[in-house]
Amino acid sequence: MQIPAAFEYARAESLDHALQLLAEHGEDSRVIAGGHSLLPMMKLRLANPEWIIDINDLTDLDYITEDGDTLRVGAMTRHVGLLESEVVAGLFPLVRDAEKVIADPVVRNRGTIGGSLCQADPAEDLSTVCHVLRAQLVIRGPNGERTVPMHELHRGPYETSVEQNEILTEVRWPIRSRTSSAYTKVERRVGDWATTAAGASVTLGSDGQIEDVSIGLTAVGLEGSATRAEDAVRGQQPSEELYAEAGRLAAEDCSPVEDQRGTEAYKRHLADELTRRVLRKAVERVMACASSAGPEGTATASLGS
Amino acid sequence: MQITMSVNGDSVTREIEPRVLLIHFLRDVLGLTGTHWGCDTSNCGLCTVLMDGAPVKSCTVLAVMASGHEIRTVEGLATGGTLDPVQQGFMEEHGLQCGFCTPGMMLTARALLDKNPDPDEDTIREAISGQICRCTGYATIVRSIQWAAAHPAGSSQAETAVDPETAEVSA
Repeated sequence: MQIPAAFEYARAESLDHALQLLAEHGEDSRVIAGGHSLLPMMKLRLANPEWIIDINDLTDLDYITEDGDTLRVGAMTRHVGLLESEVVAGLFPLVRDAEKVIADPVVRNRGTIGGSLCQADPAEDLSTVCHVLRAQLVIRGPNGERTVPMHELHRGPYETSVEQNEILTEVRWPIRSRTSSAYTKVERRVGDWATTAAGASVTLGSDGQIEDVSIGLTAVGLEGSATRAEDAVRGQQPSEELYAEAGRLAAEDCSPVEDQRGTEAYKRHLADELTRRVLRKAVERVMACASSAGPEGTATASLGS
Repeated sequence: MQITMSVNGDSVTREIEPRVLLIHFLRDVLGLTGTHWGCDTSNCGLCTVLMDGAPVKSCTVLAVMASGHEIRTVEGLATGGTLDPVQQGFMEEHGLQCGFCTPGMMLTARALLDKNPDPDEDTIREAISGQICRCTGYATIVRSIQWAAAHPAGSSQAETAVDPETAEVSA
C-alpha cells in the first residue's frame, strides 16, 4: 500500500491566500493542483512536503481567453478543458493532438496545464507543445508578476524557475496568421509516457514558402527546439525532401537514452519520422485553412503538389 | 482534520489524517468496499469514482481534496432498488467476468452517458481507455454500455427488449 508521509493540509481560497500560505510555511510547502504528478511522487516518498497547499478552489485560474494576438490559458485549466476547447483546436491544433494522447480520459479530468509544466518531466507532452508555440509563462510571487519565455521555465528535469514562493498562473500562446501546427506521439499503450513524440508549428508566407517554423521533440533529451532542423526548413518551399532533411537533423540533434520503451536507435528513428509527419501535417493544415479562407488561399493550396 | 463531503447523496463528516487517499476513505472509513483498489499508481482505473459527476481515480485524490464535493460510488448507482441501466446492461450483455474492474467501468459509463446519451463505439472505447479489464472482456463491456444507451432510465426495459405480444403476432 502506497501512503504518503504525514503532512499538513491547507486549502487556498484565493491566489493571494495561496502565496501567503507558501510564504508562511516556507521551503517544505508544495502547491497541489490536479495532483496526478505530485501525489504519485508522495506515495513513493520521492516527495515529502510538510505542507500541501490545495489550489483546486481557485477556479478563476481555469479559463481559455482570446485576447488580441494572444490566447491566455489559466494554469488551473484541466487537460479535458484543453482537449474539448474549440478555440484551442482552431488556433493550435497540436494542442488537441497532444491532449488526445496525454494519460487517459480519467486522468485528464484532474491534471492541469500548470501542474504539467511545473512538474517539468522530460517526457511530458505539454512542455513540448509550449516550446513549439513559444509560450510565455506568467508567474506570480510576493513581489508581483513576472513573465518568462518557455525556454527559461525549465532548468532541467523536474526543476523549474518557478521559485518556492511563486505560482505559475497563466500560459500565453501567441496567435499568428497563416500558421498551423501538429503533434504526434508513439506510446506503447494508452496512458503511457511518450517513447518519442514530436510537435511543429509552421507559418507559410503568401508565396507559399515556410516563413517561420518551430519543431520540438518529447522524451529524447532535447530541451527547447530542434534549431538546426528549423533553420534548414525556414525560407524554403515545403516538400517531402525538406521534411526528410529536417527529420534527419532533428534525429541527429536529440540525445535519447535506451530504456524499457526502446533503444537509442529506435528513438532516433522515431524522432526523424515523427518530425517529418508533424511538418507535413502542419503545412497541410495551413493550406486547408488558407484554401477555405478565399481566393488568396486557393492560390497557395496547390503548392504541396 | 475534519472533512465533509456528499457520498451517494448523503452528507458524511469524518475526522481524518490529511494523507488519507479517497480510495481508503471510501473503503476503510466509510466501509464502501464496492470501489476496488488496484494498481495504486493511477494506471489501472479500478478505483474510479465520480467526483462532481466526472470520473476520477480515487487512489490519486486525497480525501481532504474531495471535501466539499459530491462523490458517487458504485453503491450509489441503483436508485430505490432499481438498477441503473448501466448495471442492467452489464447483466444483459455479460459485461463482467471476475468483476474487479466492473465498478469503475460502470461509473465511467454512467458519466459518459450523462454527457453523451448516444455514443458510438469509438467514443465508448475512448471513454474506458484509462481502465483495464484483466479478463480482457472489452467487447462485452462495450456492448453493455451500448445496451444502457439503448435503454435509458425511465424506458420500460423489458418491453423494449422483448415484447411477447408483438413477437407472437409477427411469428
